[in-house]
Amino acid sequence: MANQRIPMETEKTLVMGNVAMSEAAIRAGCRFYAGYPITPQNEVSEYLAQALPAAGGVFLQAESELAAINMVFGAASTGARAMTSSSSPGISLMQEALSFIAAAQIPCFIANIMRGGPGLGNIDGSQADYFQATRGGGHGDYRLIVLAPWSVQEMYDLTIRAFDLGDHYRNPVMLLADGILGQMAEAIEFRELSPHDKPVPKDWALTGCEGRKPNVIQTLYLQKKDALEAKNIELQAKYDRITRELQLSEACDMEDAEIAVVAYGTPARIAHWAVKKARERGIKACLFRPITLWPFPALALRAVAVRCQKLLVVEMSQGQMIEDVKLAFFGTDLRPRIDFMGRGGGWYPKPKELLAEILEVAKR
Amino acid sequence: MNAEEKTIRPGRMHYCPVCGHTIAQRIIGEVMDELGIRERTIGTAPVGCAVLLYDYFNCDIIECPHGRIPAVATGIKRMRPDNIVFAYGGDGDLLSIGLAETIHCANRGENITMIFINNAVYGMTGGQMAPTTLIGQQTITTPKGRMATETGAPLRICEMFETLASPVFIERVAVHDAPHMQRAKQAIRKAFQNQIEGKGFSFVEVLSMCPTHWKMGGKEACQFVGNEMAGYFPIKKFRDADG
Repeated sequence: MANQRIPMETEKTLVMGNVAMSEAAIRAGCRFYAGYPITPQNEVSEYLAQALPAAGGVFLQAESELAAINMVFGAASTGARAMTSSSSPGISLMQEALSFIAAAQIPCFIANIMRGGPGLGNIDGSQADYFQATRGGGHGDYRLIVLAPWSVQEMYDLTIRAFDLGDHYRNPVMLLADGILGQMAEAIEFRELSPHDKPVPKDWALTGCEGRKPNVIQTLYLQKKDALEAKNIELQAKYDRITRELQLSEACDMEDAEIAVVAYGTPARIAHWAVKKARERGIKACLFRPITLWPFPALALRAVAVRCQKLLVVEMSQGQMIEDVKLAFFGTDLRPRIDFMGRGGGWYPKPKELLAEILEVAKR
Repeated sequence: MNAEEKTIRPGRMHYCPVCGHTIAQRIIGEVMDELGIRERTIGTAPVGCAVLLYDYFNCDIIECPHGRIPAVATGIKRMRPDNIVFAYGGDGDLLSIGLAETIHCANRGENITMIFINNAVYGMTGGQMAPTTLIGQQTITTPKGRMATETGAPLRICEMFETLASPVFIERVAVHDAPHMQRAKQAIRKAFQNQIEGKGFSFVEVLSMCPTHWKMGGKEACQFVGNEMAGYFPIKKFRDADG
């Protein structure tokens, strides 16, 4: 599959998550990719090495993740749609540049196909980079928009959406998917998606200053005393706006639910099955699935908790998103019981384990 | 805005007296004016004293993370092949933290113009040892003078680039006196001309004064470049694909 471009057709095609994302990027107009090999996302560069030049774009294997993300910084600063992809340790190496890119408000797309950590960890799927992705990761006050697919179809759909959101908000956007989603194949529709907004004019882009004043992309604010704080306030106003406008989530079986399983990515798929099975046994469970991890869909989760007094947070980590779940109720009168089930080290919660946990929580 | 406008904005630069940055940047500006490329040029600003490049250059500029100038310049040039891209950085940026990016950029033969300011010291952070600090040279982190047994010998990047097939132009120049400034201008002009003609990676190393952190007067600093630095870093043309 990685050896030829996926044809333009509406019929469903069996494809890996990593390839679906790569094809989506091209269809979203991405014309620059730089990356460095790392498992479990190597299908991205394998696919784009052939398909991106064929689409008139530039594919570059960089000498490191440091170089890759900075090549993306340069390419995106000209107004082009540009991306990189990597997995956890490689994404760690990109954090300095992500801070610069966020500070300079340069839209670009970063895919983190997460593997187990810390350290070299292993090459199995994981969700242990949630903090890194949603808290900034690099230095300074900044945010990435973080999107969390749970299917190969969403690897495709959310990648296209990511480029539109990046341009719309002038912000880097990260697709945060566990390695299972990258490696898994599903039949998906390569559908045409309408852009989030009209094409955004990039009057800030570096194109040469003919007929205009020079454009400067800078992140240093040394000379005027209050300049950096003014920049921080400007960025924060944007982040507040994104938080108001872009909380995406999905809830299943909510109508009569008393217990909500809160999960994203692969654990949400497992939870989807476990919730159905629990309902067969008379447990009124539902699934709440964040699609944006930043901004976290706190408003929708509160609506769930109005009905459900019990929340079970399920992650492929030792517990990271659970902090945002708890924070969602800060300053409200809602006091749901919040339990956690996590598997780390490259493991996912087994369906029957999760079902047993839901049944256990129901008793509490 | 018009083509007659100069590349270097009117007014003073903030550099110390006799600093090589002032001279090198004025030379680059003159060359850009003579070639008429100001309005199609995109420059990179390094981390260090020259970070405020955009206050002096009347063209599009991007400020790069430390060491990543060659990677950022690569991304720009690949997306905008018809623009002129100059990468400007010092010894800490291009030879220490960014050595990998510098070598790989040269090895890919990116069609850009790279200007490397070698003043054998970290200026903005207060005078620490650079990869190009001479043996015996005192800095605040080599108080007894640099010793090869402790920190190795100064890196000679032009000589390293000579082992690569891709660069089309490699020259080391200096700006400590008028004749050398003239030669520096010729080299920088050629490095831009090559890019305009699509020839490939062109590199000019500029031996440069930092009297403040060398703790020298201006005249003494110029002599240090001409005698000590040029003794270890030969001033010469290493490669010119045009012969």
